[in-house]
Amino acid sequence: MKLYKMSVLSLVLVSVALGNGCQRGSEPGNRTLHYFTWSDYVSPELLTEFERQHGVRVVIDTFSSNEELLAKLQSGATGYDVTVPSDFMVSIMITQGLLAELDAKAIPNVALLEEHLQRLAFDPEHRYAVPYLWGTVGIGYDSAAVTPPPDSWAVLWDPRYTGKISMLNDQREVFGAVLRSMGKSMNVTDPETIEAAKQKLIAQKPLVKTYASEHYDQLLASGDVILAHGWGGPVARAMRERPSIKYVVPKEGGTIWADCLVVLKSSQKKELAMQFINFLLDTRVAAQTSERLLFAASNREAQRMVSRQVRENPAVYPPADLVPRLEWMTDVGKAMRVYDRAWTELKIH
Amino acid sequence: MKHREAWLRSVAIFNLAFLYLPILVLLVFSFNASRLAATWQGFSWHWYGQLIENGALHAATGNSLLVAVVSTALAMVLGIPAAMGLERLARRSQHILGGMLLLPLVIPEVMMGVSLLLLFVMADMPLGLTTVILGHTVFNLPVVIVIVRAKLRKLDSCLEEAAADLGASPWRIFRLVTFPLLRPAILGAVLMAFTVSLDDFIVTFFVAGPGATTLPLKVYSMIKSGVSPEINALSALMVLLSMNLVGFSLLLQRR
Repeated sequence: MKLYKMSVLSLVLVSVALGNGCQRGSEPGNRTLHYFTWSDYVSPELLTEFERQHGVRVVIDTFSSNEELLAKLQSGATGYDVTVPSDFMVSIMITQGLLAELDAKAIPNVALLEEHLQRLAFDPEHRYAVPYLWGTVGIGYDSAAVTPPPDSWAVLWDPRYTGKISMLNDQREVFGAVLRSMGKSMNVTDPETIEAAKQKLIAQKPLVKTYASEHYDQLLASGDVILAHGWGGPVARAMRERPSIKYVVPKEGGTIWADCLVVLKSSQKKELAMQFINFLLDTRVAAQTSERLLFAASNREAQRMVSRQVRENPAVYPPADLVPRLEWMTDVGKAMRVYDRAWTELKIH
Repeated sequence: MKHREAWLRSVAIFNLAFLYLPILVLLVFSFNASRLAATWQGFSWHWYGQLIENGALHAATGNSLLVAVVSTALAMVLGIPAAMGLERLARRSQHILGGMLLLPLVIPEVMMGVSLLLLFVMADMPLGLTTVILGHTVFNLPVVIVIVRAKLRKLDSCLEEAAADLGASPWRIFRLVTFPLLRPAILGAVLMAFTVSLDDFIVTFFVAGPGATTLPLKVYSMIKSGVSPEINALSALMVLLSMNLVGFSLLLQRR
């Protein structure tokens, strides 16, 4: 008897699950929007607000790197509507035909973009992507231990700080820093320059405590390192724990990045997707997001609505005079193989 | 003689420490008042409170539980008859078929993930909860078969023969004799399969689609945006749950 009950129960469960699954796939009219994004990249309150306004449900799924996002979409995953690749990934996704064209009329908030984010090389007319959050890569340092305050990448080669330096675990960013310190573009493709950069990095390696992309904010806050090469947002988080932490983009310049909102070509709800993008770009919504994540909002009005502390923090909002010294990372094509090899050689050295 | 015992004991202690110290550290730091994973600033329940309020985690937990329950049920429905059928085969086919059914336990999980993904894409099946459930059923099946078969071998075949002698139909024999005897093993298999499914990352990573972010996937993406003690708290809960389930499962199998 019990077995009978058990098998009936399992059959019911199975049919519920399968039914549920099929419904998701085959009913284009249902009002569910799938947002594929970075973990903790959107406030639940804002989502609820959008859901109420439009009478829809927003389902969040998360990825942890641009490469993971691309792999998932290339493998044929359909059903996602909106996602947020970084700048260089946008151009890859455009070439691979994964993105839908945006309708300028459906996203009026594009007009509020920061001036320097308006004509980006990878998508100058916002045909496919709209910048959402942006920031820089620089150096976070403990002003109580690093004197005088650094203004050049050269500080990362200063033997006084041996064992107290962390670098990003990201080949393009690490090569970007050293190439800028040599006065070159971070997108160079000639093997000799890359080789010279590699030699410089090998010389730096004994000074480096760790190559970390995830927890350098904690290393800074706990004092395990006093100089960290990294994105501004995490450095701003470390400042909350240890007020003596400061952030600088060296005078030789550094990376500027932007995560961009895009609609996927496979989306069945493009109109709703664009409404969602417009909602995220709204001044008040963008300001709230920026305040919470400690990244700069692409909406130039939003800056005025965030707290002074955040607005005046150079780790979050780079000062305007810095912008000309910043450089976008671009696809280096075949030279990627040279970078790959140089990075591996650095790691095993 | 005594000398040797002391030596063995220290090896045992070292092994246990090697296995359990990381988990212990994780547990202890989930109660850390500081946001920093590495510095201790006093005891606090704060991160557990955060966990309860985190809506995204609720959705992921719901997905994980649904996937675990349904894939376990499917594996049971397929696995128990398969185990019984295997035991009735001739020696040679038993070896061959039994080995084939165990394959998912042996091949690298990455390969299983990739091949399942290719299969689903070729079959034009939209990735989502359904594909995750099917994927989990694939690796749960051998777990069920191994545990149920082990118990079947120990059963006294005289009992079934006696029931047949007394005129019971095969279905009645199964219901009144075989199944009650198998029950502890089946319950053990249920708990084991449930745990394996709840913890799985790799296969899920490949076959998940919109609306199918499970707890392990969520934890992984959380770590990328900074390790916070909230992850410690969540992992601590998952470890405790899994350990309890496995312990319970072993207990039931011994009976």
